[in-house]
Amino acid sequence: MTSKSLPMFPQAAKSALANSQLRRNLGKATTTIRNKRDSVVSELPDWEALRTAGSTIKARVMRHLDEYLLQLEASVQRAGGQVHWARDAGEANRIITAIVQGTGANRVVKVKSLTTDEIHLNDALAKAGIRAIETDLAELIIQLAGETSSHILVPAIHKNRSEIRDLFRRTIAQGQDLSDDPKQLAAAARRYLREQFLSAQVALSGANFAVAETGTICVVESEGNGRMCITLPQTLITVMGIEKILPTFGDFAVFLQLLPRSSTGERMNPYTSLWTGVTPGDGPQSFHLVLLDNGRTQVLSDDVGRQTLHCIRCSACLNICPVYSRTGGHAYGSVYPGPIGAILTPQLVGIQRAKSLPYASTLCGACYEVCPVKINIPEVLLHLRGEVTRHASPLHPEALAMRELAHIFASPERYERAQQLARRGQRFFVHGGMINHLPGMLAGWTTARDLAPIPKQSFRDWWRERQKESQS
Amino acid sequence: MRVTLFITCFNDTLFPNVGIATTRLLERLGLTVEFPEAQTCCGQMHFNTGYQRESIPLVRHFVEVFRNAEVVVAPSASCVGMVRDLYPKAAALSGDTALVEAVEQLIPRVYELSEFLVKHLGVSDVGAYYPHRVTYHPTCHSLRVLHVGDAPLQLLRAVKGIDLVELPNARECCGFGGTFAIKNADTSLAMLSDKMRCVLDTGAEVLCAADTSCLMHIGGGLHRQRAGVTTVHLAEILANTESEVA
Repeated sequence: MTSKSLPMFPQAAKSALANSQLRRNLGKATTTIRNKRDSVVSELPDWEALRTAGSTIKARVMRHLDEYLLQLEASVQRAGGQVHWARDAGEANRIITAIVQGTGANRVVKVKSLTTDEIHLNDALAKAGIRAIETDLAELIIQLAGETSSHILVPAIHKNRSEIRDLFRRTIAQGQDLSDDPKQLAAAARRYLREQFLSAQVALSGANFAVAETGTICVVESEGNGRMCITLPQTLITVMGIEKILPTFGDFAVFLQLLPRSSTGERMNPYTSLWTGVTPGDGPQSFHLVLLDNGRTQVLSDDVGRQTLHCIRCSACLNICPVYSRTGGHAYGSVYPGPIGAILTPQLVGIQRAKSLPYASTLCGACYEVCPVKINIPEVLLHLRGEVTRHASPLHPEALAMRELAHIFASPERYERAQQLARRGQRFFVHGGMINHLPGMLAGWTTARDLAPIPKQSFRDWWRERQKESQS
Repeated sequence: MRVTLFITCFNDTLFPNVGIATTRLLERLGLTVEFPEAQTCCGQMHFNTGYQRESIPLVRHFVEVFRNAEVVVAPSASCVGMVRDLYPKAAALSGDTALVEAVEQLIPRVYELSEFLVKHLGVSDVGAYYPHRVTYHPTCHSLRVLHVGDAPLQLLRAVKGIDLVELPNARECCGFGGTFAIKNADTSLAMLSDKMRCVLDTGAEVLCAADTSCLMHIGGGLHRQRAGVTTVHLAEILANTESEVA
């Protein structure tokens, strides 16, 4: 991974906010999923108990991750799979490229892997002359468009059907008579993808869960394309972050209830694929599991930040977030957008490279309320903001202002003097009884909001006056 | 009962009428109100902007000022949220076990105005009169940090003469977020414009909330647009009676 800083969120958001088509698509899509989630969650009387169970299981996994990882490795090997350990993106990409090259294939089909986006696997494969074909419909769409994902679950949420029709006509459905009817669009994608599935020798997948006890890997998806991917080719390579472990098979009972209701707003997930190593004569005959660290052990070492690793990538926090639902995912400059991205990305890439992300939130708390594994996102945001200011120059104007204000507020005398000074000083900005233009850092306030001036009498002035009157 | 007012620096300086209304309301309910003049700021802005260490002296000062209070009541959900949710963290960060303990002892006695009235006193009809069409915006910190539930609405529903109308998509944040409003001004404004649209759709002439900070943001936008909607704190409505206009 390069050491370049990610784009600053406020600037990236500014251009996204100006795109009215994007605003419309996002607003519509997030509202729909949000409402679906609301209705299927509210029908479960034990939802809060499920959340607690999910959070407790994940906390146990993090506490004993070292042991569970070794147990998983042994279980996978016992079932005929091979396990590879990757410290970072470069190492993971080298391992995967070598496995693909070993099969002699120059093409792989891929499904459900945000993690491979995190490590930019497709670029690494392309450099080795290997073409990676995304088979999840939405991921295929953004791959054809040469774009990046803007949502964890619905990567093409920023595109509407007429945009997709135009894209297909340019790419996989050239010369075909295609309307913007979703059925027709899906059929065009299916025709293209079936050819890919039937001829691919190698498949790449992510993993939603991996059971340490049995070595079972689980992928949840809605289209069935994932199942073709993981069953048809002879070689299957699964890349997963080390935090995706569940201790026992029984833990699925909790997570397969939490995940679909939180992500797609469905009671049950449409295609849930589970596999354990290899089965002779059935499905892939060669299975590789790549366990990726890429900053995760760093996150694990932080007492407050650790809970970020509980995330099951449901994207409920994106859909509910008032910031995400207006800016979309690209403004976050990472494969992990929204509230979870605002806390995960800075921890994975280093706070110095993503210091605007912890501030991309109003701390409204809606994300925490919907999180199926109770990640206290506002708490982690505040923790990371603390990291940002600790690393900032003490001479930064904001740091200077904050220290000065803290000094003023620590003493009632200084506080009152400052009140009086502000009241006198504001006369330069009051026009027609209101303030409609402020200088410097505060100008952001008055671009679209007026501000009432500080009244002549503070509350404490009023209180004192009343005390005096009652005594006289 | 002796109630100690935490008026908040924001209301003290910018919205003294909210403090005056809170005082009148509590006194009308037969409570003895006191205001320790040594109080300043709870430190929320510092803590939330990432200056957590800098907020510690303010936490210490708050605890000093209010430690002997029977109950502390504040007309601000976000400042009470700071005390209840984040003071334990600030105190822990200070490494001062005496402060940790003092914070722990003080927290159960600190209330936001509507939760104090409805949940602590068990009063929802405070005898107020307010003949206007009003819509209520539940601020994020009142909803999701303090969990005041429908306490403010219970109070508003009991107000005589009021025409209370439901705000569409009420639970969504208005886009204020403290320094967010300045650091991410564009996103803040996109959220504000949606909130203003919802407010205007109700046909209300008054928008009410339990936080003047959010009201300053929404009200600032409404005023700039000359939208003809006033923003009023919950305390100001509740302080109003048929015989006395607050």
